[in-house]
Amino acid sequence: MKKILALASVAMLAAATLAVAGEDKVKLKDGPGLDKVRNDCIACHSLDYIPLNSPFLDAKGWEATVTKMQKAYGAPIKPEDAAPIAQYLAENYGKK
Amino acid sequence: MIDRRRFIAGMALPALASLPEISSAAGKFWQPEELAQGTVDSAVLEAIPGKLPLIKRSYRPPNFETPIDYFRDPITRNDAFFVRYHLSGIPQSIDAKAWRLKVGGDAAAHPFELTFEQLKKDFHPVEITAVCQCSGNRRGMFQPHVQGVEWGIGAMGNARWTGVRLKDILAKAGVGDKAVEILFNGADGPALPTTPDFQKTIPVQRAMDDNTIVAYEMNGKPLPHWNGFPARVIVAGWTGTYWMKHLTNIDVRSTPLANFWMAAAYRVPAKLFMNADPFPTQLAEANKPITDIVVNSLVTSIHDGEHVKKGQIVTVAGVAWDGGRGIRDVEVSVDGGRSWVLAQLGKDLGNYSFRTFEHKFRAEGSPVVMVRAYNNRGDTQVDKLIFNPAGYHHNVIPRIKLEVA
Repeated sequence: MKKILALASVAMLAAATLAVAGEDKVKLKDGPGLDKVRNDCIACHSLDYIPLNSPFLDAKGWEATVTKMQKAYGAPIKPEDAAPIAQYLAENYGKK
Repeated sequence: MIDRRRFIAGMALPALASLPEISSAAGKFWQPEELAQGTVDSAVLEAIPGKLPLIKRSYRPPNFETPIDYFRDPITRNDAFFVRYHLSGIPQSIDAKAWRLKVGGDAAAHPFELTFEQLKKDFHPVEITAVCQCSGNRRGMFQPHVQGVEWGIGAMGNARWTGVRLKDILAKAGVGDKAVEILFNGADGPALPTTPDFQKTIPVQRAMDDNTIVAYEMNGKPLPHWNGFPARVIVAGWTGTYWMKHLTNIDVRSTPLANFWMAAAYRVPAKLFMNADPFPTQLAEANKPITDIVVNSLVTSIHDGEHVKKGQIVTVAGVAWDGGRGIRDVEVSVDGGRSWVLAQLGKDLGNYSFRTFEHKFRAEGSPVVMVRAYNNRGDTQVDKLIFNPAGYHHNVIPRIKLEVA
């Protein structure tokens, strides 16, 4: 099963995206780091997870979330992208 | 590949007939005032295939919440039942004819496979009405807020499930003396191979319980795709995390499962919720797995801040439920907790089901309505949130203020 899932993951991602198509409507705030957020987060989930979880995490909270995505969920975030991504999230969707 | 006939058969046709083919409604809908602003603002009512418009929390993986109005009925309709996935590798459709359930594991004496027809024909069918509630239902109402899917009140539903007892399937596999946990895996999986696949276990003892079944029907219809077609696990009384959808594998294990979903996620602090059902093979020093649903209730007839006329008869109605002891009483206060009266309970659909309640009073002064349910063990709801970092077991007694004019 695992092997099939791995092989079919790209096709399945496309299928799931087709089935629930509304994510194109999700608009994030402009700001430095948004390009990296778009690039590194959308492989696994729609970007509405970010506004959904706002504005109650502070800079540490967003850093911990990015780390959790890397360590627990195996997110393909480049090491040099983690800090700018966390900064973007804290700046635009953090607790003020 | 696409078993369209079966998929359509799983939908509630009368409701769909009145819906456009692709529906997206931007109507007004109620959300609890405790939710964070970003949570409120990013929610929309949207229909995914086979479902009525539900409250969108996230598009991918799809997490859609049931609006409160559907809980006025003790049974949640299939097309309004909430949708919850962790991972976005979800098959768009599953062919029931090609589906196989593999039963094995290192502590099973006789591994075997079942077709969908064999699952339905080779075992004695059973029925149970049970609440499926996401562990994180009401997480968004936590104060302080905690990270996750910020659910309001509707990551739950109550359905009549038809299926076969897990213990009957396991008897055929032969559960050896070394068995400690029973593992479930489903057809859905991660988008990337680096993400841990969603697999869960339950204790052998809980697997042998009559109220743990493999269900193939929900309210007399095939399971909706988004609720686990063609078969899912029902661990009646326990939170939804164990109710594996799109079930493909059952393994009898001689060792505890130590993946992310068991060892790190879905855990509560060890010293909280001491009345909870045990999960002895998964205890850690600091925490333990979430198990059964805490006693809870939901008022569906009135909302906080609602305006009523002086002298008007106000109905306080809703549903109460728990993890399987059954609801004994529901108490209502209309004076902010100074005095309490018993609400009238509706029909008893079994210990694992929603139980409706109702109480009427005449609006005078400044009513503050509070409701607390009790189960048959005497457990009740809490005055103050029992904070835990993952945002589970929110069963705080509500304070619903009415404006009388």
